[in-house]
Amino acid sequence: MTVNCMICDGILEMPGKVMEGELLVCPDCGTELEVISVDPLCLEEAPEVQEDWGE
Amino acid sequence: MSSLKVFYSRLRTEEKLIFEALERKGIPYDPMNIRNVDLSDIPLEPGDVALCRCLSQTQNVALAEILESRGIRTVNHSSVMLLCGDKIATAAALEHYGIPQPEYRVAFSPEKAVVMAEELGYPVVFKPAVGSWGRLLAKINDREAAEALIEHKSHMGAQHQVFFIQKYVEKGGFDLRVTLIGGEPLSAIQRWSDHWITNTARGGKALAYPLDPELRKLLYKVHDAIKGDFLAVDLFQTHDGWLVNEVNGQPEFRSSVNSVTGVDIPGIMVQYVWKLAG
Repeated sequence: MTVNCMICDGILEMPGKVMEGELLVCPDCGTELEVISVDPLCLEEAPEVQEDWGE
Repeated sequence: MSSLKVFYSRLRTEEKLIFEALERKGIPYDPMNIRNVDLSDIPLEPGDVALCRCLSQTQNVALAEILESRGIRTVNHSSVMLLCGDKIATAAALEHYGIPQPEYRVAFSPEKAVVMAEELGYPVVFKPAVGSWGRLLAKINDREAAEALIEHKSHMGAQHQVFFIQKYVEKGGFDLRVTLIGGEPLSAIQRWSDHWITNTARGGKALAYPLDPELRKLLYKVHDAIKGDFLAVDLFQTHDGWLVNEVNGQPEFRSSVNSVTGVDIPGIMVQYVWKLAG
């Protein structure tokens, strides 16, 4: 399955098993995209690092 | 039958390793993306276990507190998340238990922050009380730089108006990251870097390190101070012995896995968590 990058319209090949929250990188523009839902498949530009993220 | 829920927000390498380990061990589980969760709709029973793996500490604490109020066993408990999520609280707990750590001061005004930095002696490290991955750490070498940094921090909101200042420790190019599960030190890695910040999140290189009895004894004391099911302790080696720099309550462990240490951290962790299910 493929999906278009919402930033550059490049084509992303979906991995065989994809999960919500997974990060994908557009091969054309390098934008990090986050899988928001699997069914239906929906991607959004991944948010910037927040102050309280991490360990 | 009790169930294991794994709450997450971002599928990091660690969450992938956790899911892979659960599959490998045949442990039944429900992955729950926090983005789509309504906790009032989730069937939860006392005896269930929740592994809280949200990327945001704020989300993770809120999640754990709600689950605990419903009798759910959380990993880690929210009290541990709060303690580890605040470097000042961690330092105070370590001090209370007599655990060696870098000398530190806490200032409540910009003027006093300068005085305390001078008292500690440069270089010092200013750290935000809340933060991870080496974000916003500042090594300060003189008074002018301290005054400039404090001025900048004074415009960064309330969280940055309590100044946590550590004496800079010459650590010989590496720090040590030890992963503990159920209070037991399982693996240690040296994190090497030419930069003074050695986090692997910042490019530090990981090498396995043997856990000797002296180090284990110190780590048991750290666990006594912090509690927690799953911890990562960062230490500096000095001429006077080990110093505990930080304790992480939502550990990332991609650099501590089999390929580096020979220890199956995700496998041991999911078995430990599953045993907690009532």
